[in-house]
Amino acid sequence: MAHGPKPGFTRWLYTTNHKDIGSMYLWFSFAMFLLGGCMALVIRAELFQPGLQIVQPEFFNQMTTMHGLIMVFGAVMPAFVGLANWMVPMMIGAPDMALPRMNNWSFWILPFAFAMLASTLFMEGGAPNFGWTFYAPLSTEYAPPSVTFFIFSIHIMGASSIMGAINIVATILNMRAPGMTLMKMPLFVWTWLITAYLLIAVMPVLAGVVTMMLMDIHFGTSFFSAAGGGDPVLFQHVFWFFGHPEVYIMILPAFGIVSAIIPTFARKPLFGYSSMVYATASIAFLSFIVWAHHMFTVGMPIAGELFFMYATMLIAVPTGVKVFNWVTTMFRGSMTFETPMLFSIAFVILFTLGGFSGLMLAIAPADFQYHDTYFVVAHFHYVLVPGAIFSITAGVYYWLPKWTGNMYNETMGKVHFWMAFVGLNVTFFPMHFVGLAGMPRRIPDYALQFADFNQIASVGAFLFGAAQIVFLFNVIRTVRGGRKATDEVWENPQGLEWTVPSPAPYHTFSTPPVVR
Amino acid sequence: MATESSYYVPEQSRLPIFATIGLFLTAFGAANWVNGGSSYIFFAGAIAMAAVLWFWFAAVIRENMQGLNSDQLKRSYVWGMGWFIFSEVMFFAAFFGALYYIRTFTLPWLGGEGDRGSSNMLWEGFQNTWPLMVTPDQAVSGESAKVLGPKGIIDPWHLPLLNTVLLLASSVTVHIAHVFLKKGKRQAFNLWLGATVILGAAFLFFQVAEYLEAYQHLGLTLESGIYGTTFFMLTGFHGAHVTLGTIMLLIMLLRSVIAHHFKPDDHFGFEAASWYWHFVDVVWVGLFIFVYVLGA
Repeated sequence: MAHGPKPGFTRWLYTTNHKDIGSMYLWFSFAMFLLGGCMALVIRAELFQPGLQIVQPEFFNQMTTMHGLIMVFGAVMPAFVGLANWMVPMMIGAPDMALPRMNNWSFWILPFAFAMLASTLFMEGGAPNFGWTFYAPLSTEYAPPSVTFFIFSIHIMGASSIMGAINIVATILNMRAPGMTLMKMPLFVWTWLITAYLLIAVMPVLAGVVTMMLMDIHFGTSFFSAAGGGDPVLFQHVFWFFGHPEVYIMILPAFGIVSAIIPTFARKPLFGYSSMVYATASIAFLSFIVWAHHMFTVGMPIAGELFFMYATMLIAVPTGVKVFNWVTTMFRGSMTFETPMLFSIAFVILFTLGGFSGLMLAIAPADFQYHDTYFVVAHFHYVLVPGAIFSITAGVYYWLPKWTGNMYNETMGKVHFWMAFVGLNVTFFPMHFVGLAGMPRRIPDYALQFADFNQIASVGAFLFGAAQIVFLFNVIRTVRGGRKATDEVWENPQGLEWTVPSPAPYHTFSTPPVVR
Repeated sequence: MATESSYYVPEQSRLPIFATIGLFLTAFGAANWVNGGSSYIFFAGAIAMAAVLWFWFAAVIRENMQGLNSDQLKRSYVWGMGWFIFSEVMFFAAFFGALYYIRTFTLPWLGGEGDRGSSNMLWEGFQNTWPLMVTPDQAVSGESAKVLGPKGIIDPWHLPLLNTVLLLASSVTVHIAHVFLKKGKRQAFNLWLGATVILGAAFLFFQVAEYLEAYQHLGLTLESGIYGTTFFMLTGFHGAHVTLGTIMLLIMLLRSVIAHHFKPDDHFGFEAASWYWHFVDVVWVGLFIFVYVLGA
């Protein structure tokens, strides 16, 4: 076990090492982030002015669809799995992931799945153009032929997620160092354990719904066709039964990351650890019984509208517990504002803002006004960009010195933060206004009165995009060299990952540490 | 016996990257095939996938025999299999849920009842019945409709009842086999496991007979409206899982008969296959109740 990595590129093909696989996940997700980001910039460039300027409506629809799919399945989810791969074994004192070969397989099928998905852009009839939620019958009767390749690429992504999740569950439950009881686990480990359960529960449902699509398209079944006694609304129910837990799959690990970072830079232990654990579990449970709040306007019985409205609002309670705990952790702390902390504080503030607009959308009668407008776009980008993306960024800055042994450039990190912070607010805040004023989402053209805010949003989007170049440059510089990091990196951070040298050796904790 | 401190992590492995190529060819080939292309890529991928699985399982068995697998590592496999079966449960839940939604909400609404009964205006004359012999399309357009309902359905009290008995019996036999294995009685283990495989194969035989009956005499097909859709998708996916489970148990049998694998205290390969078998059995009970009996 004392060996280092093998030389040559086969190291990456054959590796079973959780650190190698974690790095591959992170680089892959960053590549997808840039690809999906370019598509977002195509969208924003088109929307800079009313009227059709740059792309045709058909292509615009392909861009919104592919942007969503790539960001959700290619950027955010693999980034969190990459962080889990790197950090979970080190945090619980395990030598590696529980099932190392399957770990390699979970990763390597992803680039193939996304190659297949991206190749649809060059197929006859174009790429999927029915939105990332692929509602039937747009995605069945009226879909381009490439939808079949989309369906099978979703199957592969689902297989990857399920295997990754099983691996994480087995690792956390089976491989903790002696003395590492459940309630001593770092919150990142806790949130990932719960996320893994969500993945195992809902990715098969996603596989089910795309299978129903495949059968309707090619084998004459009637799942989503009223002519045969089926129902297109059935699609929405099954999809959102997957889709809502999926939203929390993209945010629970983020909670874990900021719960690690804020105590370090506030120099206080995390306030309310056990309430954080219970709040995470509550959010996960509630995520299974709120799905139809995505479809208030589709025509549901009033009892359904009421149930899903109140259940959705309940989520604000455990989420509020979390926000309270983060704020209280910072309260009277001895705070410093290094880059990871800046991203984490922005996370707390802006994610809360996104949560509030979510509460507005949860009110069924009000949702009839907001539904399918840019207000919804503003809402979910406020929870996903400063939520998922900022937390991933914060995590990368926080652990990068441990991974590489080098400190990143703090000035460049702060430049990155302020560009991203300003860029994202300039992009997404105006969308609230145009949405409330009635601008529908997923259109390449719009009425003249929305032009000013759209122009502002487009400028912000390019600023946010430029910020990521700074990030990329900073990370590459850090990987290649820089000021040496100490083993602790920060001032008295908590957790086993800080007890190993920087950079972390290829194999850590071959003999488990004893946790008191 | 290895200790907790030596969790075996293979240095490197070529298996996953070959499995990746196999899975990709299978998926890409399947998409290409149903889109009207050739089926070669799919079959090439499927063969590659089967071959990789063969070598992968062989590697795991070999490592176990070399004593590389600590108790802790074996627990990882146990957790892995358990949660894999749970993911399968959720896959079936999606289809059972679809059946529930169609029968509880969609069809009454299409038939003019309840909150959304106004949808009946689009399908005038459609009546909500189950089994759905007359589709909404048929109610409007008669025999010229694109989606016709079935002419008859499968009687639950003949072949399906027999299949229920067969499958429940097979769950018992595989359990008895397990008990004998734990007592170290290989002959009895082989016998009862062999009986399980035969019961599984018999189930599949009758399932095929039932499908032939449905397609040839009852006009009950995948395309005969939502009844045919839910009937064949639920029983079909279950049948596919029984096929896989039978193959798994058959391989376990051959491992025991030919290679004398499994020890009274170390046989998780067999145990995992038997868990899988119990799982398909439970799904069948659900099918028998919700698809056959309550569907007739």
